[in-house]
Amino acid sequence: MQNDNLVEIEDVEFGYGDRLVLKGVNLTAKRGQVIAIMGSSGCGKTTLLRLIGGQIKPGQGQVRVAGESLGHLNQKGLYRLRRKMGMLFQFGALFTDMSVFDNVAFQLREHTDLPEDAIRDLVLMKLHAVGLRGAAQMMPSELSGGMARRVALARAIALEPALVMFDEPFAGLDPISLGVTGNLIRRLTDTLGLTSLVVTHDVQESLKIVDYVYFVSEGVIVAEGTADDIRGSDLPYVHQFVHGEADGPVPFHYPAPPYADDLGLGGLRA
Amino acid sequence: MLKQSIENLGNRTLEGVWRIGYATRFFVLILLHSGTAFRRFGLTIREIYFSGVLSLIIILVSGLFVGMVLGLQGYETLQTFGSEEALGILVALSLVRELGPVVAALLFASRAGSAITAEIGLMKATEQLSAMEMMAVDPIARVVAPRFWAGVISMPLLAALFSAMGIFGGYLVGVQLIGVDEGLFWSQMRSSVDFEQDIMNGVIKSVVFGIAITAIALYEGYDAPPTAEGVSGATTRTVVASSLAVLALDFVLTAFMFRGLN
Repeated sequence: MQNDNLVEIEDVEFGYGDRLVLKGVNLTAKRGQVIAIMGSSGCGKTTLLRLIGGQIKPGQGQVRVAGESLGHLNQKGLYRLRRKMGMLFQFGALFTDMSVFDNVAFQLREHTDLPEDAIRDLVLMKLHAVGLRGAAQMMPSELSGGMARRVALARAIALEPALVMFDEPFAGLDPISLGVTGNLIRRLTDTLGLTSLVVTHDVQESLKIVDYVYFVSEGVIVAEGTADDIRGSDLPYVHQFVHGEADGPVPFHYPAPPYADDLGLGGLRA
Repeated sequence: MLKQSIENLGNRTLEGVWRIGYATRFFVLILLHSGTAFRRFGLTIREIYFSGVLSLIIILVSGLFVGMVLGLQGYETLQTFGSEEALGILVALSLVRELGPVVAALLFASRAGSAITAEIGLMKATEQLSAMEMMAVDPIARVVAPRFWAGVISMPLLAALFSAMGIFGGYLVGVQLIGVDEGLFWSQMRSSVDFEQDIMNGVIKSVVFGIAITAIALYEGYDAPPTAEGVSGATTRTVVASSLAVLALDFVLTAFMFRGLN
């Protein structure tokens, strides 16, 4: 019987050198859902995506995708599993020496023996799905930031993967591109039966499209729930994050010695 | 103070050993993943165009001028001994044995080596290599190995063209400008330049230089920190390290190839 959970992360710890980035994280992503992983910069969100993609291995715990534990796979096994995944990098990571068409055709040419006519049709279908069929012959340098991300999305779904990961898909986009990208993620997840993992700190845009949210802070999951749960949460960290408050559990001031001491007014009352 | 100096020396030594090990592993990986570069030779041909064909202008023009200077300087020296008819031998041997492979390699390191490092470094900085890995395509096989073999194939061809243009430059100055006998110029060259000892040794040298330059350029690009400063530093290191490697390897190869040769 097929497991309902496409991604399962159990008690995962990971660090760079002595600095522990993830401290016992548990997370699951159900098939067919859009899952958001939110948190402030540097909290370990992208590290989670890299663990799921098998680019890094956890120090402790297990990461399973489609029932396979990534820790036990060799490079061949990992590459086999990655054909079921697509990833959209923060700035698209399009191949700058290839046209939009060739970028989207890349995986089809590398992993299939399809004739060029069939590849052409598939590429145009994927580009049509993201609204950029007319930009097929453009080069990445001619695209706006939002267009580049939509091309990267078309490339990520070229082989119709089971899982698509989005690393900050809303960063630096104008309001129109923001809405278009959010709608595309939701629509493609539903129509293609994908599971989407969205790493973001854009609360308002992502809460419109997600089924479930995980909040990460300092390497642990501090809150989770549906979009409505998160909007109504009275947890101080979530409240500060959702409402964009300058001060709270995440302090405005970086840790520093007392202000009066720094100004040489140690003898006076601050 | 002394303890600190010893610690620094130790750290630098360990880092150096680590880098040598990492570079060796990288080189072995390139060789192991070279299948794609030959199975899909179109990928390698494309890189031969970027590394080799686009280096033609600098190689041909430099070769012509080096040959012309050799013609002038050689004539000046040879005429003192009344043997200016040996100008063809001097120009040809200087070029095919030494100047062709070495100068072409130095120019290749500056033109193509730096370009390879910058390209790979920027692909890394813009996450193109990570994207490729996430698409289950090995960047060493798809990006690195074709560039490596393109460099190895291009280098001897460029060195041969450099030497040919140099000889033509020597002919222009020696025969057409100064008036050395044309028949003697070519016949002496033909009788004194040995295919195996001179030309093939020059080809072997340029193949070795091609391997060294391209491997260094690819390693520096692949290992570059993913920042603008990191890529610029890696590009500089490529030119410096590969130029020094060419000169050092040239000495070693010359010592083996031409020792005791008449």
